[in-house]
Amino acid sequence: MSRLVVGPFNRVEGDLEVKLDIEDQTVTRAEVVSPLYRGFEEMLRGKDPRDALVIVPRICGICSVSQSIAAAEALGEAQGLMPTPNGQLVSNIVHACENIADHLTHFYMFFMPDFARSVYADQAWYSDVSERFEAMKGTAVQDVLPRRAEFFHIVGILAGKWPHTLALQPGGVTKTVAKHELHRLMALVKNFRRFLEREVIGFDLQAFSALSSRDELMVLVDQHGPTHSDLFRFVDLSRRLGLNRLGRATDRFLSFGAYRSGTTHLFERGLYRGGEDHQLNSGLITEDLSHAWMNGPDAALHPFDGVTETDPEMTDGYSWCKAPRLEGKPAEVGALSRQVVAGHPLARDLVATGGNVEARVLARFLEMALLVPMLETWLGEIKTPDPFMAHASMPDNAKGAGMVEAARGALGHWLTIENGKIENYQIIAPTTWNFSPRDQAGQPGPLETALVGARVQGGETGPVSVQHIVRSFDPCMVCTVH
Amino acid sequence: MSGNGNRRNLLWLQSGGCGGCTLSLLCAEGPDVITVFETAGINVLWHPALSVESGDEVHRIIDAILSGQIALDFLCLEGAVVTGPNGTGRYHMMAGRDAPMQDVIKALAERADHVIAVGSCAAFGGITAAGDNPSGATGLSFDGEAAGGFLGDQFMAPGGLPVVNIPGCPVHPDWVTETLSQMSAGTMLPDDLDAVGRPHAISGKLVHHGCARNEFYEYKASATRLCEVGCMMENLGCKGTQAGGDCNTRTWNGSGSCISGGYPCIACTEPGFEDPGHPFVETPKIAGIPLGLPTDMPKAWFVALASLSKAATPRRLRENASSDRLKVYPDRHKSKRGRP
Repeated sequence: MSRLVVGPFNRVEGDLEVKLDIEDQTVTRAEVVSPLYRGFEEMLRGKDPRDALVIVPRICGICSVSQSIAAAEALGEAQGLMPTPNGQLVSNIVHACENIADHLTHFYMFFMPDFARSVYADQAWYSDVSERFEAMKGTAVQDVLPRRAEFFHIVGILAGKWPHTLALQPGGVTKTVAKHELHRLMALVKNFRRFLEREVIGFDLQAFSALSSRDELMVLVDQHGPTHSDLFRFVDLSRRLGLNRLGRATDRFLSFGAYRSGTTHLFERGLYRGGEDHQLNSGLITEDLSHAWMNGPDAALHPFDGVTETDPEMTDGYSWCKAPRLEGKPAEVGALSRQVVAGHPLARDLVATGGNVEARVLARFLEMALLVPMLETWLGEIKTPDPFMAHASMPDNAKGAGMVEAARGALGHWLTIENGKIENYQIIAPTTWNFSPRDQAGQPGPLETALVGARVQGGETGPVSVQHIVRSFDPCMVCTVH
Repeated sequence: MSGNGNRRNLLWLQSGGCGGCTLSLLCAEGPDVITVFETAGINVLWHPALSVESGDEVHRIIDAILSGQIALDFLCLEGAVVTGPNGTGRYHMMAGRDAPMQDVIKALAERADHVIAVGSCAAFGGITAAGDNPSGATGLSFDGEAAGGFLGDQFMAPGGLPVVNIPGCPVHPDWVTETLSQMSAGTMLPDDLDAVGRPHAISGKLVHHGCARNEFYEYKASATRLCEVGCMMENLGCKGTQAGGDCNTRTWNGSGSCISGGYPCIACTEPGFEDPGHPFVETPKIAGIPLGLPTDMPKAWFVALASLSKAATPRRLRENASSDRLKVYPDRHKSKRGRP
């Protein structure tokens, strides 16, 4: 057996190290190390509760809006305040913009450049794919960056700037949208949609999101050829490399539900395991500290009771990341989980034999195809004469939870206010779930499970299969520990 | 070896931060950031979000710089230097290297021709240093207001500049592209930097300049709650009159700014903004007079002018100020032509 320490992983929004045990050119055990601790939960203690809206978006530069919305929901629950209908619509639009842009950034900037590595130079698709996706030099980057930047004009209008806005509040949004602005916003959405349909996906978004199986997608790729769109380029190489058989994790798919509408969500909340839908009981979420460099009680606690006290000398510790568990077990989160839980037939078909690298990537395309038309719907529902924000005072003693979906999965904030100040603020981010260390029962986290079985070719110090599996989760390492 | 041809080598590291300055930089327009690097003659040796190299490939680049095989023209740090706990740097061990990131930063800073702090965390500690500063975060050459920081107050890079601090939480993409382009061309001079190492081009203007609520400010017609259109200085903690930055003349993500988004400036370009000593969205006052008036205006004059202008506030501004949208429009000035 040999041991390989791989890091820094880049294109993972932060710093990441993975320790691999290898036998017969195959990974037999993995430990995932989150090497950075900043201490946001400590930092928030004793602050005015409203200050959370300034501080928490700055946990993360790529899921900034998701952090804001989780905080706004937690504060709103504490205040007994709901957003106005207009406020909810604008909040959903801003949130969806971030998540769509993140999916785009992940595919073009973070995930695909690995296929331009020389290890693939003898593949039939290599010259086309490397010309398109090579890091910083490929033709895709210069096509995509200006489109992404223009798409963010929507957030510029509605929330002032991205990342790190203060526009998203418990009662809605600070921006009152004028009638004429709706037309400009609609034009921005339609222009972006055209780009997705022409270059990224290659056909009508609604037709794409109506696909119900992987086979139907393969037929389309065969009909039009791999160079028809960037999605097809990926599908073609994925099929040849067998990415649908790589990186199976726990097959317990969790979603907190995304884009509120009254008391329901556009993509519903729940847990999908054993091929069945289950209600999510958020009271059964705990964080285990046994393999983190953290002190605390032996029993894993619900985040309302959670503690954050570092101890770099913890003997069993190997990460700053705590281990979140639902019903005592790990869960995979992300766009794939979200669409599987929401019951989309294509997503369900993609995981028929378990979660995998290809399914995680395709789920992001599916989600872009579902969300961009929703932006048009939501814009159409805004009633400009009505208020965009409601107000309420902040109670001296209260609790609140904000459970939302960032691009990369379930994000929860649990807040306790005492004597008008933040007494406890606990955060579980998507990559905390996906890249968690082991727990007391020795259960590995989803990535630790997904890496077992990955092939390591002779002489590889940063196995390319491991690179694909790691990045398929679209990790956000700055969120993970926070 | 210096760059590719005449191009200048840049290495970008991230430590105690959120990565949001890079994500903001990717929003650069006219042209995009990759094109700017190209036209400014900058060769990116490695960037954590943009480069393909991972693991050992990265350590080889860093080792080649440390051994002098590759010349390093620009070291950019995004995020604060993490020194905790107790100065050990254990809170950020660089992945795959078994070394505290602070040691890697120090070694590279000694090799770089120029050192650039990208964002308020790298410059001053920023949000990462908020509250009790759990991770021992500090800026490269400032710890909040205090000169020194991680590299010490005597630090001067061989290129003839101290640490160049590009402030902001996040940075505006143009602040980075314009600063790096000037430095690559050799036109950034010591006199171009202010007392805390920020280019005057960024901090020489105030967020207040070009603020669409200036008329409300002139008459002290104030918003009382978030989402109202009046001036946010008197009640809602807005620091636009004191904070460096051209946010309302340059604008963000197209036409945006914090103020146009409906919320106050929190002075994210200033050292120590993370702990203002009051809730961010509340203006501290003594006897009804806001603390933190414009920095270069005599207080007595400000108070006198404010009470005078408040008395002269037109009805239009008074009513609009506490509304969530314009209710009263300006009177028309009628031309003589065509009058009956």
